[in-house]
Amino acid sequence: MIAVNKENFEEEVLKAEGIVMVDWWGPKCERCLELMPSVEELAEKYQGQMKFCSVDTSGSRRLAISQKVLGLPAILFYKAGEKIDEISGQEIAPEDIEAKIKQHSK
Amino acid sequence: MENIYDLLILGGGPGGLAAGIYGARAKMKTGIIEKGKPGGQAATTEELENYPGFGTGTTGPGLTKSMADHASEFGAEFIKDTVVALDLTGSPKKVTCKKGEYLAKAVIFAMGAEPRMLGAPGEGKLRGKGVSYCATCDADLFTELDVIVVGSGDAAIEEAQYLTRFAENVTIIVIHEEGKVDANKVSAERAFKDPRLKWKWNSILKSVNGDELVESVTLKNIKTGEEEEFTTDGVFIFIGTQPKTELLEGIVELNHQGYVITNDKMETNIEGVFAAGDCREKYLRQVVTAAADGAIAAVAAEKYVHETELWEKEVLSPDHPVLVAFYNPTDMAGTEKIGIIDKFVYENEKLSLVKVDATRNELVKKRYQVDNSKLPLVYLFKNGEIKASLKNISTENLKKIVE
Repeated sequence: MIAVNKENFEEEVLKAEGIVMVDWWGPKCERCLELMPSVEELAEKYQGQMKFCSVDTSGSRRLAISQKVLGLPAILFYKAGEKIDEISGQEIAPEDIEAKIKQHSK
Repeated sequence: MENIYDLLILGGGPGGLAAGIYGARAKMKTGIIEKGKPGGQAATTEELENYPGFGTGTTGPGLTKSMADHASEFGAEFIKDTVVALDLTGSPKKVTCKKGEYLAKAVIFAMGAEPRMLGAPGEGKLRGKGVSYCATCDADLFTELDVIVVGSGDAAIEEAQYLTRFAENVTIIVIHEEGKVDANKVSAERAFKDPRLKWKWNSILKSVNGDELVESVTLKNIKTGEEEEFTTDGVFIFIGTQPKTELLEGIVELNHQGYVITNDKMETNIEGVFAAGDCREKYLRQVVTAAADGAIAAVAAEKYVHETELWEKEVLSPDHPVLVAFYNPTDMAGTEKIGIIDKFVYENEKLSLVKVDATRNELVKKRYQVDNSKLPLVYLFKNGEIKASLKNISTENLKKIVE
């Protein structure tokens, strides 16, 4: 997974080719930290199907808000610089994320 | 034979973790089923300053992490899975999860509670888009932005103060008249003195407005009936909790709000099923009371498992007839009669005798409806069933029932 911040978000996510999944998390978000190992596993498992990135919102708050992320955890999918799908909230499970990845895989 | 746990605890919040500590320490094979990271709701509270012995500086995630480590140290096993169905009436009890099925001699239900939704238009749609139920999780996204807090209980007032560290403006929406909140006095007074907090009294939230993100809320003054549109970026809702007890509906007795009804030993209406923590009907829902519930439930469960096993082995399983004498150790005249039975069994080698202190063994007493005012009492068991009972204890009468 590629750690992305406000400096390289445009380059790594918006200008990337194909589908990009971005995991928005924060160090105070227990649920995010809890999901992280599963998300990393999924990134490994579906390597090549899409690009996997993560953003620590604590250092990139304005970026988060510009992407309409105001609640963690949030998993957003991008294609050609546009957000095409997202799931967010305390209740999301690894299975939900995997289902979305499968849906958007090529 | 599948692997049977002595004790399975459903839920890894403070109630479940304390039960795990007590259960594992009593050398029971103890499992704690938790779908996520242990800690429960307490892990979503950053500042926790009223857990005895742990003052200012203690955090919810920190404290619950220590509890989980403590339970592990004593040998409790963490099972990362989601409970989907329960079969609790039989023995052993069956807990069906997404990834597997688990059997247990006793079960402690400690699934806790979750924040209650207000049910206002826009609330569901904008959840995660400005609507939040967890200040710890989301506060820092609202740095330099404006937020409102709905509610006036402990959580609302305390979390509002926490939010002032991040947000530009924090306005608390309170349904009561000016100066009246539901929170504890210490937190309330501290909040009233905090210049960073603003208040909207006599007010309720009518709707959350916004297209992709929260843009404003509509507030209604319940005294004047006036409505106003109030611009805000975030809406934090703390209006109490609701128990996560859907799995128990129709199985275990719940009150009309869905909380589990237990006695002071944390026993539910089903034998071998206990409850602990916020999911219980109780007066005070705090980390310390959840932990206390867990300790009581685990001790009661241990006693239940032990008594059930002993009863099975010594009374229900033997091929020979078994006499069971219920007695009250403080009743001298009654206990003397037990001597008669002792002698009788000693001279009759086909028999065995089990003495039950009816003032202590609740389980057996309840199962066989033994009345404490009518002791001593003798039952004759054969192949696991009561064949005869005897109140008037003498060698002659004992002879009669055995024949």
